[in-house]
Amino acid sequence: MTAEEIHAQVAAQFKEDIVEFNGEALDPYIKINPSPIFEISQFLKTTPNLNFDALMCLSGLDYGADKEDDSLGLVYNLHSIKHNHKITIRVDLNRKNAKLPSVEKIWRTADWHEREAYDLFGVIFENHPDLRRILCPDDWQGYPLRKDYVTQKYYHGVRVDYQEDWGQYKTLEDNPERGNYVFQFEEKAPGLTSQDKKTAAEKGES
Amino acid sequence: MPKWDQPFTGKEKKFIEEGVYGENFVVTSVERVLSWARSNSLWPMTFGLACCAIEMMATAAARYDLDRFGAGVMRPSPRQTDLMIVAGTVTMKMADRIKRLYDQMPEPKYVLSMGSCATSGGPYWKHGYSVLKGVDLIVPVDVYVTGCPPRPEALIDGVLKIQEKIQKESLFKRIGQERANV
Repeated sequence: MTAEEIHAQVAAQFKEDIVEFNGEALDPYIKINPSPIFEISQFLKTTPNLNFDALMCLSGLDYGADKEDDSLGLVYNLHSIKHNHKITIRVDLNRKNAKLPSVEKIWRTADWHEREAYDLFGVIFENHPDLRRILCPDDWQGYPLRKDYVTQKYYHGVRVDYQEDWGQYKTLEDNPERGNYVFQFEEKAPGLTSQDKKTAAEKGES
Repeated sequence: MPKWDQPFTGKEKKFIEEGVYGENFVVTSVERVLSWARSNSLWPMTFGLACCAIEMMATAAARYDLDRFGAGVMRPSPRQTDLMIVAGTVTMKMADRIKRLYDQMPEPKYVLSMGSCATSGGPYWKHGYSVLKGVDLIVPVDVYVTGCPPRPEALIDGVLKIQEKIQKESLFKRIGQERANV
């Protein structure tokens, strides 16, 4: 199926949720509202003649921190192995309140992809079973791939950000702002892991 | 010149000249024998963090054969090792693990910082928010090897430098390391 046909089929069901359609792009995309992403994904996967059974990639985007609305984005690259056709679903988000439903129940691939988007862009995926950081340590501050990200100064006592005058010191000891390393394993973000939820549920029952 | 390299003097010299020890005796000090034995049976820990580890593997394999220098017994457990080759980029997340591995090694232990990433952060020095700017911030380092990654010859040279250092050491007194701020 061509992108136009796919768009027509989706638009028949979810007319008011589609923001934009671009069939001219190298990867034709349908831009939708974030809140019905779960329903639309389910429709794309379960409708027999669409049958998008593979989520090839889920990427986060930052369009710049100069405005709040529509400044974060997500891109879902879908592929149907059976019909061999592709479509890209795009979503724009508010950077202050980047929240949308998880599609992990539909494509298992989304599990780690959504964790990565959460880790690096701070997008919250509702109903995700295990929304923890995947690359950065659990007690890291901030979301590194956001355009307005400011690197924290110290992590476990060690200097993290770039120190302009580091080169002028001959030894580490001469540098007063080098920081002193404190050995500690990072604390898990409370209430976010499935194990934490499980233990909390057990405590609540007993 | 280190103490153990000086020629014998006084009574010992007289005894050697008179042939008191016989023909098949070698006179030396316990310290020197132990240091010599220790330096020639370095057991490095098997772990690599990035591309330097590939070069480390090449050094240990047939072509460069680190075992020629008595340092080829790569051990999988930190409890059995006395040399830690930090081969690769040390991220902030990995720093705690490195420190824990170092703490698990028995004394006397030595650390070789391999490559520019482990030594100073390397190419991630300025903008690498997740990279530790030098492994000497968390563990004391004995020898730094430059390169990105260093060639096997350079790593072998670093291991030889550590052996040299061990041979000059006394049983009870370690030669100072580049102390970490811990």
